[in-house]
Amino acid sequence: MDVTINVNGTDYIRDIEPRMLLVHFIREELGLRGTHWGCDTSNCGTCVVWVDDEPVKSCTMLAVMADGHRVKTVEGLEGPDGLDPIQQGFIECHGLQCGFCTPGMMMTGRWLIDKNPDISEEEIREGISGQICRCTGYKNIVEAIRWAAEHPKGSEVTA
Amino acid sequence: MTAVEEAPISAAGNPIGFGSMKRKEDQRFVRGQGNYVDDVNLPGMLHGAILRSPHAHAKILSIDTSRAEAHPGVVAVITGKTLEGIPRPALLGDNFAWMPTLSYDTQAVLATDKVRFQGQEVAFVIATDRYTAKDALELIDVDYEPLGAVMDAKKAMDPSAPVIRDDKGQTDNSITDVLGNKYWESGNAIGTQEAIDKAKADPNCVVVTQEIMYPRVHPAPMETCGSVAYLDPVSGQLTLWTTSQAPHAHRTVYALVAGLPEHKIRIISPDVGGGFGNKVGVYPGYVLSVVGSIVTGKPVKWMEDRSENLMSTSFARDYHMNGTIAATKEGKILAVDVDVLADHGAFNGVAQPTKFPAGFFHIFTGSYDYPNAHCKVTPVYTNKAPGGVAYACSFRITEAAYFIERLVDCLAAELGMDPAELRLKNLIKPEQFPYETPTGWVYDSGQYEKTMRLAMEMVGYDELRKEQAEKRARGEYMGIGISFFTEGVGAGPRKDMDILGLGMADGIELRVHPTGKAQLRLSVQTQGQGHETTYAQIVAHELGIPPEDIEVIHGDTDNTPFGLGTYGSRSTPVSGAAAAVVSRKVRDKARLIAAAALECSPDDLEWSLGKWSVKGDPDRAKTIQEIALLSHGSLELPEGVEGHLDATAVYNPPNLTYPYGCYICVVDVDPGTGQVKIRRFVAVDDCGTRINPMIVEGQVHGGLADGVGMALMELIAFDEDGNCLGGSFMDYLLPTAVECPDWELGETVTPSPHHPIGAKGVGESATVGSPAAVVNAVIDAISPFGVRHADMPLTPANVWRAIQGNPVRVDMAVE
Ligand code: FES
Ligand code: FES
Repeated sequence: MDVTINVNGTDYIRDIEPRMLLVHFIREELGLRGTHWGCDTSNCGTCVVWVDDEPVKSCTMLAVMADGHRVKTVEGLEGPDGLDPIQQGFIECHGLQCGFCTPGMMMTGRWLIDKNPDISEEEIREGISGQICRCTGYKNIVEAIRWAAEHPKGSEVTA
Repeated sequence: MTAVEEAPISAAGNPIGFGSMKRKEDQRFVRGQGNYVDDVNLPGMLHGAILRSPHAHAKILSIDTSRAEAHPGVVAVITGKTLEGIPRPALLGDNFAWMPTLSYDTQAVLATDKVRFQGQEVAFVIATDRYTAKDALELIDVDYEPLGAVMDAKKAMDPSAPVIRDDKGQTDNSITDVLGNKYWESGNAIGTQEAIDKAKADPNCVVVTQEIMYPRVHPAPMETCGSVAYLDPVSGQLTLWTTSQAPHAHRTVYALVAGLPEHKIRIISPDVGGGFGNKVGVYPGYVLSVVGSIVTGKPVKWMEDRSENLMSTSFARDYHMNGTIAATKEGKILAVDVDVLADHGAFNGVAQPTKFPAGFFHIFTGSYDYPNAHCKVTPVYTNKAPGGVAYACSFRITEAAYFIERLVDCLAAELGMDPAELRLKNLIKPEQFPYETPTGWVYDSGQYEKTMRLAMEMVGYDELRKEQAEKRARGEYMGIGISFFTEGVGAGPRKDMDILGLGMADGIELRVHPTGKAQLRLSVQTQGQGHETTYAQIVAHELGIPPEDIEVIHGDTDNTPFGLGTYGSRSTPVSGAAAAVVSRKVRDKARLIAAAALECSPDDLEWSLGKWSVKGDPDRAKTIQEIALLSHGSLELPEGVEGHLDATAVYNPPNLTYPYGCYICVVDVDPGTGQVKIRRFVAVDDCGTRINPMIVEGQVHGGLADGVGMALMELIAFDEDGNCLGGSFMDYLLPTAVECPDWELGETVTPSPHHPIGAKGVGESATVGSPAAVVNAVIDAISPFGVRHADMPLTPANVWRAIQGNPVRVDMAVE
């Protein structure tokens, strides 16, 4: 089946199996390996990307459902001026260890602070509660997202 | 030494030595440029998928793979019969169908005669893509004859219990280790029994007995296990990209399992997405990807699903511990005895040093000073997945720490004494170190009371007790739980410890290039611990080379020296020590070269960070960078000094290190629903010298979340027929940001006297110490209902049941 999916600003036209999951389309068809896969039951959130500016677990969606839509992955975070503040926040606050949950956490985190730049710690915790991190105990992830909220332009230190 | 002196700051803003520093590895991870095994793609690569047993115990009558083989895109289907047909040097069984476990037992790669747990590997399909491989699994017809399943360890030795390991000619489900033992003991059996009997007869003493279950849990790293194997048919070279915490140990195991020459095996562990012990062992899936590549001549990738990960790979715990503690009525502990029934699943795959088959359970005596202790651990086979390595830390320390900390709280309840007071009365005193425990371990250093008082002060212990009393009067239930743990980590001294005959020392190699930039090659394997940063800091501390000028290389057996890998918090205590030792070798050599260049005697030189200078004439000096260039240049070197500035070392630790800590958890329990809310969690750790405090604290945070998960949520349960009830993240519940509180951390610093930089290791401390703090807090909260103990996980249902006076048993499915 032919699809046209815009990923990180580029249109990709592919002929794919209708049952292919979006996460596999991103990883296998496009070779964008920053989006991870971690469970069979849509519980872990390592696969979170944006579809039309909303975070989505890309394992819950068929690639064909993204036909004609815009997808943004972790590879699309860094801009011409360097790392996105959310990426800097994760470095600054030690918000990652093994790095496996990190792309999904950053995609959700970026969206949360876009929606609400004054987001509270509790709201961040609620906002990422559909995603699992086994390494960090979440405290530094919460702080990383807050750091990004407080530094909308990022900082030069880790850019 | 109580604190580390401030390190100077490099041009890039990093400490030249110890101190918090942003991690080097983060740069690739935040860009989505990590390289995990599933990210490895080779030209012509095929994909494997495993057909697994739906039964816990069943005879295989027949396997028909013809429909799968005919399916378009399928390249090969491998069964146990195929493996039996592949000969192998008879070193460890004469065919590929079986492989050795880390405990000298055997494990089926693919089942031939019977399946022995639900999820066991039965057939392997290799196809052009992973969807097709999965499709073809449906087309394999297996005829099973179900047998009765042994799911309750307590019934495993019943005469009527079905025999699981008939392949070994067994007539019951006992486990015999490589030394011929059917159970493992340590401590003083007679003295302990006498002390307990005496206490029972003495009106001034109490004896408390409690059965404590540490249920089966799973480490569940976010990245599941997998591998990509390519055996080059021309050169005979096997390259295996794999999710391994111990690449060098794996290389040797593959040499033994596959009969391949070890110099033709290269194991690459690229980035590993969390391990926690789950990635220590060699799994059938890895071996099958190797076999698949041999059979097809192509690279073969195998990545497990989450349900495969939870159902078939290394679990943790499953320890039934029956403990007895004797004490005076004033609260002085006299003796502890524990009888353990250990459920090892269908194949004995625990990773214990040969000489310590009960593993590090020997540390069950805890952090207290008393003369008599004894443990007996009896392992049995059941129809559950094998393993037992896993989940930071299951050299059985976590079980031991939980056991003693729960038992001490039971004693406090019996005595009507505050659990903090009881602990303070019995803690080992600073002047008693090195302290030999009743089981023969020698704790290196500690200031236990100081650490405990700091935790109590941070949490505001006395005020909390007052608040608790007021709340109770109002019918509200809050609880305060304390855990004081000591771990033995950094396995281990070669004379005492090995895995499969491999001594637990670690090699390391340091190369200082002509321009003064360096490469450090490690045998250990990060899974998120930040080795690329921490190890650069150790070298920086010893040599004064800025950490940004030091590249840390790991995870590739062709490019690193031999060592046993990262688990049991052993990287810093063993390989971290090796990093300091190898740096000091370079420093010593640099001294000789500097002396030659400065035309003085090496004895006239003194070291200050980054340079050798003439005593009393500090301007006559050579920096380490200058010396690096000189060592590669034309300078006439003294007799016996070779050129270049490289060194290697193998570090054999003289003893374990003993990090410890005091954790205090405050919970609120809703007696109507059994819901537990963690209000606060204070953790004071003493792991000796902190190389990178930011990373240390991150390690602690992660372990605390593990502890909360195990205490309140996580359980791999089974029903009577052997169906795994924890096989997905829908059923195996892990803590999220909502269940975890905002951790409050404190520290004391008591360096290890025998470690070159005084560091003790910390990766697993919080996982070891935190479950007891949470459980003790919950039991404390509901103690007005007469509850003295309830087993983990303390889900709302289990807490509610305990409040109703119903015993909680978690090793079987909840009826
Ligand atoms: S892979 Fe787990 S939620 Fe998508
Ligand atoms: S950093 Fe490892 S799972 Fe989150």
